[in-house]
Amino acid sequence: MHTLSLRELADGLARAQFSSEELTQHFLKRIAAHNPTLNAYITVLEDHALAAARNADEMRASGENSLLLGIPLAHKDIFCTNGVRTSCGSKMLDNFIAPYNATIVDKLATAGMVTLGKTNMDEFAMGSSNETSYYGPVRNPWNTNCVPGGSSGGSAAAVAAGLAPAATGTDTGGSIRQPSALCNLTGLKPTYGRVSRYGMIAFASSLDQAGPMTRTAEDAALLLQAMAGFDEKDSTSIDCAVPDYSASLNHSLQGKVIGVPKEFFAEGLSDAVADKIREALAEFEKMGATLKDISLPHSHLSIPCYYVIAPAEASTNLSRYDGVRYGHRCDNPLDLADLYTRTREEGFGDEVKRRILVGTYALSAGFYDAYYRKAQRIRRLIKNDFIEAFKEVDMIAGPTSPNPAFALGEKVDDPLTMYLEDMYTIAVNLAGVPALSIPAGMADGKPVGLQLIGRDFCEGDILNAAHQFQLQTDWHKQFAPAFA
Amino acid sequence: MAVSPSDIEKIAHLARIRIAPEQIDSVAERISDILAMVDQMQAVDTDSIPPMANPHDAVQRLRKDEVSESNQRERFQAIAPRTEDGLYLVPKVIE
Amino acid sequence: MEWETVIGLEVHVQLSTRSKIFSGASTTFGAEPNTQACAVDLALPGTLPVLNEEAVKSAIKFGLAVNAEICRESVFDRKNYFYPDLPKGYQTSQMDAPIVGPGHLDIQLADGSSKRVRIHHAHLEEDAGKSLHEGSFDLHGHGMSGIDLNRAGTPLIEIVSEPDMRSAEEAVAYLKKIHSIVTYLGISDGDMSQGSLRCDANVSVRLKGDDTLGTRTETKNLNSFRFIERAIEIEAQRQIDVLEDGGKITQETRLYDSERNETRPMRSKEEANDYRYFPCPDLLPVAIEESLIKDLQAHLPELPDAKRARFEAHYGLSAYDADILTAERFIADYFEEATTAAGDAKMAANWITSELMGRLNREGLAFQQTPVSAKQLGGLIQRIRDNTISGKIAKQVFEALWQGDGHDADSVIDAKGLKQVSDSGAIEKMVDDVLAANPDQVEQFKSADDKKRKKMLGFFVGQIMKASQGQANPGMVNQLLNKKLNG
Repeated sequence: MHTLSLRELADGLARAQFSSEELTQHFLKRIAAHNPTLNAYITVLEDHALAAARNADEMRASGENSLLLGIPLAHKDIFCTNGVRTSCGSKMLDNFIAPYNATIVDKLATAGMVTLGKTNMDEFAMGSSNETSYYGPVRNPWNTNCVPGGSSGGSAAAVAAGLAPAATGTDTGGSIRQPSALCNLTGLKPTYGRVSRYGMIAFASSLDQAGPMTRTAEDAALLLQAMAGFDEKDSTSIDCAVPDYSASLNHSLQGKVIGVPKEFFAEGLSDAVADKIREALAEFEKMGATLKDISLPHSHLSIPCYYVIAPAEASTNLSRYDGVRYGHRCDNPLDLADLYTRTREEGFGDEVKRRILVGTYALSAGFYDAYYRKAQRIRRLIKNDFIEAFKEVDMIAGPTSPNPAFALGEKVDDPLTMYLEDMYTIAVNLAGVPALSIPAGMADGKPVGLQLIGRDFCEGDILNAAHQFQLQTDWHKQFAPAFA
Repeated sequence: MAVSPSDIEKIAHLARIRIAPEQIDSVAERISDILAMVDQMQAVDTDSIPPMANPHDAVQRLRKDEVSESNQRERFQAIAPRTEDGLYLVPKVIE
Repeated sequence: MEWETVIGLEVHVQLSTRSKIFSGASTTFGAEPNTQACAVDLALPGTLPVLNEEAVKSAIKFGLAVNAEICRESVFDRKNYFYPDLPKGYQTSQMDAPIVGPGHLDIQLADGSSKRVRIHHAHLEEDAGKSLHEGSFDLHGHGMSGIDLNRAGTPLIEIVSEPDMRSAEEAVAYLKKIHSIVTYLGISDGDMSQGSLRCDANVSVRLKGDDTLGTRTETKNLNSFRFIERAIEIEAQRQIDVLEDGGKITQETRLYDSERNETRPMRSKEEANDYRYFPCPDLLPVAIEESLIKDLQAHLPELPDAKRARFEAHYGLSAYDADILTAERFIADYFEEATTAAGDAKMAANWITSELMGRLNREGLAFQQTPVSAKQLGGLIQRIRDNTISGKIAKQVFEALWQGDGHDADSVIDAKGLKQVSDSGAIEKMVDDVLAANPDQVEQFKSADDKKRKKMLGFFVGQIMKASQGQANPGMVNQLLNKKLNG
């Protein structure tokens, strides 16, 4: 059961091949068996999940038959879940029992999905290896000496190891796509504003988006369908109709033009990944698409730009963690200054502190124009690159990550090298456009991800291309051998 | 751009994060490295480019002036570190 | 040396919206602590702001009332600082693109002149919560403060003037004008005792004739007209004393202590702040359509200046009376209703400004709390005008209405038998009785000169009015007396 797709599980439930309770039990058993190795979950909601599963079975018995009813999933521990610890991977929120549900948690519960638990993540989603978590690193099911990627590393490992059939993630600079690439999953970052951010703990407000992490593009379409849509509680949520993503999956790619940016194949890309990506691109040609060399001339500025905008926004988003109303508070504060500085010293890890300091610096008097304003101008140049490119192409393709999964501890002491892991994903967040990563082969037994980038609000186009690719290939069907 | 240990003390104070004195130098070094990387931006002339705050250049939607929230003090204060008589307690605020 | 005081005011006006500026929590004043602080107000992780339409409209109305430009694409910024009454660690405010641009208003001064004060801008922002300083102690006996976040997120407009005022009197007149504009517009209750209108004063002094500004201080915590006046006078004098002693003014934030009547530096604001303003990424620019501005302009109520001019022209009131009667919309409406009932605007104005306001003042009541309605007062005046009662009796009737005895002037007059006596026979009898009872005075009168006679006539009138318990028609008494004594 744990290797089936959401679509297959939905069929199984509809045909009563198994109940939601049996399915949920199965995943809970696998979590109990394998989570100690992988550390993919921070919190497992056994009782809650079984109760929800039984409820789903009763609803199905009484005639309810919505597609996702009774299917389990895992939520990244960045989404507030009512009555459940929501830690965001941080000591700061280790004791935080959220008193409300994030909009997408509500939406997926309304769709009948069963929450198995909350997955591990880089602290406040700041990281590309899941090594900054207060709850310890997550291991990659394909090679447990390697990182699963980050920041949605727990979600990626859980799905890749069959500890959940699908999971939610969030993506600020690649945090859905890069771990999906490193764990052989399909992961989609929707257009900024497509999915509500309400109840999703903020890292960088103008970049953060929630999205699905699944085994197949078809599953990603199903899960996105349930997550997407306007939310009046989020001012940045876009009020535009959500199309039927499953309906467009089978459109032909004949005549589609796929842009291949030369900047995505330049210095920094490992040969092993480059080979697999070129093979994948050739597959699209076979399906009738045309490849076109393009340029995104400001790509090299996306990491510098991002490492101003994201830390700047984060530095003030994280000011609310002050030990007054919830979360960690230092013992016996001497005075107000001591309460603040010690609570935050103890509650935040090194990478979070580092980004808060960089962001504070970038916004401080005398540096604002040179850093923050400058980065906002560069951001427009990056967005304009995409606008220009999409005048000539229907979508853009390239590697998701320059390298396959790397060893635990390999880059953790070198932030700048770690930041380069997101060199192909970050521009997408700055531009706000949708993008996904799909399995595109193996390099030394480690998965490689292909990234497809679409026009604003055209998630359907890239899901369509991804699905067509998955009809021709079986990379996405490969399962981490140690957990099969 | 290199930041000095005293710059770090200043921004750590603004951010209300205590940094142990023996760590200040290494933090300053790390942050200088990041800022040096970020400084690649300075090579580009952007004077004619308007800043972009939101990827869609969207505008704000307005909410009707209606009271939609009810009192949930008990639930909210159940997760508070320290309260008394419905108030959040902090070390004395000096004006 | 002759010194000149230069004052600019920052006025915070709480908008009387039902819900908060960025959340659906209630803004009602006086609720139990933290019962009106919702998830957004508490800055729970993951919560997001959504802007209240009414707050935007209120700000636009204010802008239109002070002849200001309305910003077509207004931006909210985060003002970052740590304080326990500020849950997010930043205040959502406006810096570079405030909703109301430069404008101006005119203030009236005691000498009858008026003066234009320029408004630099006005912006929308959220209020903070409150720190309460009594009560608890921690393990080490350190004092604790309690934080109430009910007020956090209440919409404010902050109105920033240019440094155009030159005296405490002008500052108070400016503040009173702001108060009357916002209450006329109905965008605030203007209740200073509840903090609905608060003021910080930027004060500097310079030698008269100097055109550069001196170093200024910002004095906070000015929550009544009287305190503002006193605080500015005291702060200006302090600065003059410092300068005359050869000292220098430090640019700083000071707190006004009304009990000691002094200003002193605020300890918490000692360090130079770096607020790191930047556009709030959770809120988008507010696009304001021309059509909305036009619509709000068309529905703007008559504002104090227009009303004052109309009261002078239409009712023939003095500038002074018109000023007093238009200070608040409630008073102006009261005056117009009383005038309609009385049929005489000047009498209504006199009764309101002297009798009614005097009494309200003595009792420490706000005008809104008057127990005598406009209709009651108008009815009373009507009875003076038709000679049913004298002015003197009218004061008794007014007192009865104030005490709630009787639902209108007529019922009081009837119940107490206060109707004026105008029956010539009855009055003649009273005159005869008084003359007969005072033969010596009658003799003196007859031998006196004109000047003395006038004085003595007053004596007889007084005696007769006394005998009639004030109800004799004074005109008829005079007429009869003259006839009998001179006849």
